[in-house]
Amino acid sequence: MLVMEKNAMTEEIEELVLKYGNQRSALIPILQDIQRKYKHIPDFAQQEIARLLDIHPVEVFSVISFYSFLNTEPKGKYIVRLCQTISCDMQGKAAVAKAIERELGIKFGETTRDSKVTLEYANCVGMCDQGPALIINERVYSKLTPEKAVQILNELK
Amino acid sequence: MEKKNRKGAVLFSSYKPGEGVKKALSLSREDILFEIRESKLKGRGGAGFPTATKWTIVAAAIADQKYIICNADEGEPGTFKDRVLLLEYPELVFEGMVIAGYTIGATKGIVYLRGEYEYMLKSLEDFLESMKKDNLLGKNILGKENFNFDITISLGSGAYVCGEETALIESLEGNRGEARNRPPYPVNTGYMGMPTVVNNVETLASIPHIISKGGEWYRKHGTDKSSGSKLFSVSGDCEKPGVYELPWGTTISELLHIVKAKNTKAVQVGGASGLCIPKSQFERALAYEDIATGGSIIIFNESRNMLHVLKNFMEFFVEESCGQCTPCRIGNVKLLEGVEMIEKGEYKFSYINQLKGLGKTMQIASKCGLGQSSSNSFISILENFKDEIFNGNGGANGK
Ligand SMILES: Cc1cc2nc3c(=O)[nH]c(=O)nc-3n(C[C@H](O)[C@H](O)[C@H](O)COP(=O)(O)O)c2cc1C
Ligand code: SF4
Ligand code: FES
Repeated sequence: MLVMEKNAMTEEIEELVLKYGNQRSALIPILQDIQRKYKHIPDFAQQEIARLLDIHPVEVFSVISFYSFLNTEPKGKYIVRLCQTISCDMQGKAAVAKAIERELGIKFGETTRDSKVTLEYANCVGMCDQGPALIINERVYSKLTPEKAVQILNELK
Repeated sequence: MEKKNRKGAVLFSSYKPGEGVKKALSLSREDILFEIRESKLKGRGGAGFPTATKWTIVAAAIADQKYIICNADEGEPGTFKDRVLLLEYPELVFEGMVIAGYTIGATKGIVYLRGEYEYMLKSLEDFLESMKKDNLLGKNILGKENFNFDITISLGSGAYVCGEETALIESLEGNRGEARNRPPYPVNTGYMGMPTVVNNVETLASIPHIISKGGEWYRKHGTDKSSGSKLFSVSGDCEKPGVYELPWGTTISELLHIVKAKNTKAVQVGGASGLCIPKSQFERALAYEDIATGGSIIIFNESRNMLHVLKNFMEFFVEESCGQCTPCRIGNVKLLEGVEMIEKGEYKFSYINQLKGLGKTMQIASKCGLGQSSSNSFISILENFKDEIFNGNGGANGK
């Protein structure tokens, strides 16, 4: 990271600390905001969060590593999470998964080379009556067909 | 939010927003606890703990601060009734929290909303704002002096185990969502070490109805031991999946009829951590005294491969185990390996029986409900569908 980027990141985290407080319970909301914006929590951000909340950086890392929606390695602008659990599975998850992989040219767990899309599986997302379902960033899409899923991906800017 | 035209005896019956809180504030705390005790309401999050008992303990506690937490982590596979309540009936859920706050003496309510439901956040926060305008939240609620109560929403970050109440509290406190040893229970040592009520969305949504119509009215629905109604999240092989409000005591075959399921071979009740019920037991009742459940109903017709179903469940648990204790961390991996051996036809019956024994050990030795219940489906599917799975009668696995 460049010095300027570092300064900007520090400022941003300081603002988040003002918003959520500097007690331990502010940690996850702060991480969620950074994650939402940068699609990961960079090492430098982890250090700064630890410093401002007065906890050890390893505590920050340990929390990030626990939650599947928080990560330390960069992900795409859009994180696509296809539900892999049984009700969606029975409604045709596998065909949707194959169509998406073909279209994007990547496998689940991977990110497109232009850093636009990361493909992941999620466990039951609470749309079992309308499967197969997937979530892109925070939006949910249901009753997918392979064709509809691909169309949704192609409409991402 | 658009309200669908839903019908039901209790939760989906008509309700005028504000009615429950208004009535509650005209009653004493003891009267409210009395009505809830009368209603015999039990927790809808799965464990079925009497709500009145929980509230009474926290109401009696002396502490600087107390909390009411709404558990909206809804992660059990096949469950989506809390989604419907939050999207279509937020007034019931939030008013339930206000009434809880008044009764137990808390000024702060927290909704722990699963990260997957972030898309609801905006509409829920807007709704809270409108409640503030109506003075159903904030200071001196509906003119009641010194009754101040606010609700905030915290988002989860994709961990099923955070639905377990102590893991949820750890997560709210900014930690890894690892379950704590219980006791102490949250009613004594909860959020920030303070007395805390953790209730499921559906439990809280029942409260305004109970308060406005009375505990006795509520108890008229359902059975002797399971009072009231239950929301069932129905998915899988049927014509009409969705959320249904039915009285406790409804049998599986009645439910299958309502949702227009055909050629049903099995019904998974209670999600991945529940039980797989074969056709021969479809006359059993959904009730605390027979098959207790948080309401997840997944239907499988004759064409489904039950070993594949079981594999899906075990993959779920291997991913979602928090890894804190050995029986669950290692046990689930061993059970999944066992399923894969059967799938390939490379297994010994003696080893599979050992794995069932391991499953029983996990039920006793695991630290939290996840590991204590994850082997339920392993044991019930291998028992109830052994013909299909081991003898090849209809299944693909009798190689
Ligand atoms: C692994 C696990 C996951 C759970 N997930 C939820 C959940 O998503 N929602 C919920 O209300 N309770 C869940 N529970 C049950 C809670 O621990 C707790 O019993 C419940 O929130 C209490 O509320 P109630 O008395 O209103 O049911 C879960 C329990 C376990 C062991
Ligand atoms: S039973 Fe499983 S989820 Fe629960 S504490 Fe142990 S490892 Fe974690
Ligand atoms: S199984 Fe996919 S949303 Fe529940």
